[in-house]
Amino acid sequence: MTDQSVAAVSLTGVDKTFDAGRAGAVTALSGIDLAVAPGEFVSLIGPSGCGKSTLMRLVADLERPSAGTISVFGKSAHQARLDQDYGIAFQAAGLLPWRSVRANVELPLQVHGMGRAGRAARADELLELVGLAEFAGHRPDQLSGGMQQRVAIARALAERPRLLLMDEPFGALDEMTRERMQGELVRLSTQTGCAVIFVTHSIPEAVYLSDRVVVMSPRPGRISAVVPIELSDRNEDTREEPGFFAAVTAVREALRARASVELS
Amino acid sequence: MVRLRSVLYGGAALAVILLLWEGYKLVGSPQGWSVNEVRLLPRADDSSMPHVWTVAERFTQPEISAEGSSSVLVAVLRAAWFSFRISLAGWLGGVLVGVALAVLMQRFRTARDALLPYVVISQTVPLVAIAPVVVGWGGQLAVLGQPWQPWMSVAVISGYLAFFPVAVGMLRGLDSPGPAQIALMQAYAASWWQTLVRLRLPASVGHLVPALRLAAAASVIGTIVAEISTGTRGGIGRLIIEYAQAATGDPARPWTAIAGAAALGLVVAALVSALDLALARFNPAGA
Ligand SMILES: Nc1ncnc2c1ncn2[C@@H]1O[C@H](COP(=O)(O)OP(=O)(O)O)[C@@H](O)[C@H]1O
Ligand SMILES: [Mg+2]
Repeated sequence: MTDQSVAAVSLTGVDKTFDAGRAGAVTALSGIDLAVAPGEFVSLIGPSGCGKSTLMRLVADLERPSAGTISVFGKSAHQARLDQDYGIAFQAAGLLPWRSVRANVELPLQVHGMGRAGRAARADELLELVGLAEFAGHRPDQLSGGMQQRVAIARALAERPRLLLMDEPFGALDEMTRERMQGELVRLSTQTGCAVIFVTHSIPEAVYLSDRVVVMSPRPGRISAVVPIELSDRNEDTREEPGFFAAVTAVREALRARASVELS
Repeated sequence: MVRLRSVLYGGAALAVILLLWEGYKLVGSPQGWSVNEVRLLPRADDSSMPHVWTVAERFTQPEISAEGSSSVLVAVLRAAWFSFRISLAGWLGGVLVGVALAVLMQRFRTARDALLPYVVISQTVPLVAIAPVVVGWGGQLAVLGQPWQPWMSVAVISGYLAFFPVAVGMLRGLDSPGPAQIALMQAYAASWWQTLVRLRLPASVGHLVPALRLAAAASVIGTIVAEISTGTRGGIGRLIIEYAQAATGDPARPWTAIAGAAALGLVVAALVSALDLALARFNPAGA
């Protein structure tokens, strides 16, 4: 059903300048060209303030670009948002504390007018998918940080999006939980076949998850390198394979190369 | 269990007040205590501070010595019930207006800039100044074909005091969702109304409940003061004045009306607590 020739996301010559009041204007992004294929997993990595979140928010149509064009499945980002073509998750799980876990997952479906029975069925299916079926009736504050983030991911998948936008979703989790969540995310993205744009600070995380790692540099935010990751399969042992270390080194060098240009 | 404990604490606090009263009567001078003719402590004699049990007994006696006069208790209860209904009307009106104003101010930046200063200023106008204005305007109005009733003026003034904490608390509550939650609703392409109903209103409950409490206290005080300043008959405010005028010959009687007013406040506070429980679902942190 999906047209494989149309990119999931395509940015061409995108600039984003924020009007920062008396401090003048902040150029958050400059000359961004990027295409993400359907089903492709792309991570954005780079130092704080290099515009990773801004890039993701532009794709989500939560910000408008100052220049350039953005298309999502061949439509404008705005139309894609209206059509619910993407699911989104942030570093803060952002669950509504007065709603049960199930009702949180139902929120997007409820906003889009799905009936009660359909919502409940879909929510149960999603909670099953993220392994939280028995917590459906719990309140978010009864769940650990990792479980809350899984609820947020289930919620992001509610509308069966073909694109998932994630801004440091595991940033607040401990290392062990984080690795487990990465494994689950790989499984979910293969299972659902959706493209993912994943913002992270962690090089191993980017390498483990991605088909391609987009390395960004600050002031102004640019794409300084794109590192393709060629790992055959992701499993428990992937993080100990030589290919994994080689890819980590490649990304680290791409980040450092940029940093040394800055210092010189 | 929280409820049982607060009832116990409330009862203990009342007992402490009564004990302090009697304790002061034991040790205090009947002439009070003055420095340079300025009385700093009240007289402890029986006509200034009647015994607790004298006041309690006074409740059971007829209001006036005339034949067929009902007991003070009945008179106080009747007046308190009258004032309670006015307070309730004022509170409801104040809550409605306060919530509506808050929603308006949340929705429109210009409404916020234009209204918020006046919302604050409104509370600095003394009640005694607005009372005659309300009575004067009310006199020219008819509600649903019925002429304006004096109690309506009192309810309007009561509501005037009650709307303020609601407007301010509700606005803060509507503003309380974080940027991630707002972005989420935006990502869902949710309309303003959906964002209000699904996010902002439930998020505001934690701020609304304390505001409802303040509004309840304000509406009771507003009712009592407005009854006095508009000269409205039938309520506890008027009764306090009437009984105070009889204080010389009947020192316990004013205290019965004051106790009635205090009881009215307690009943209203208890009702708001019940409302709090009903809204607890939206307020996991507890207000
Ligand atoms: N709403 C905004 N208003 C003004 N400046 C912003 C805004 N959002 C982001 N910026 C600026 O844009 C730059 C990139 O920010 P961001 O995309 O959040 O970076 P990252 O996610 O990579 O840490 C930063 O300099 C930040 O201060
Ligand atoms: Mg960021």
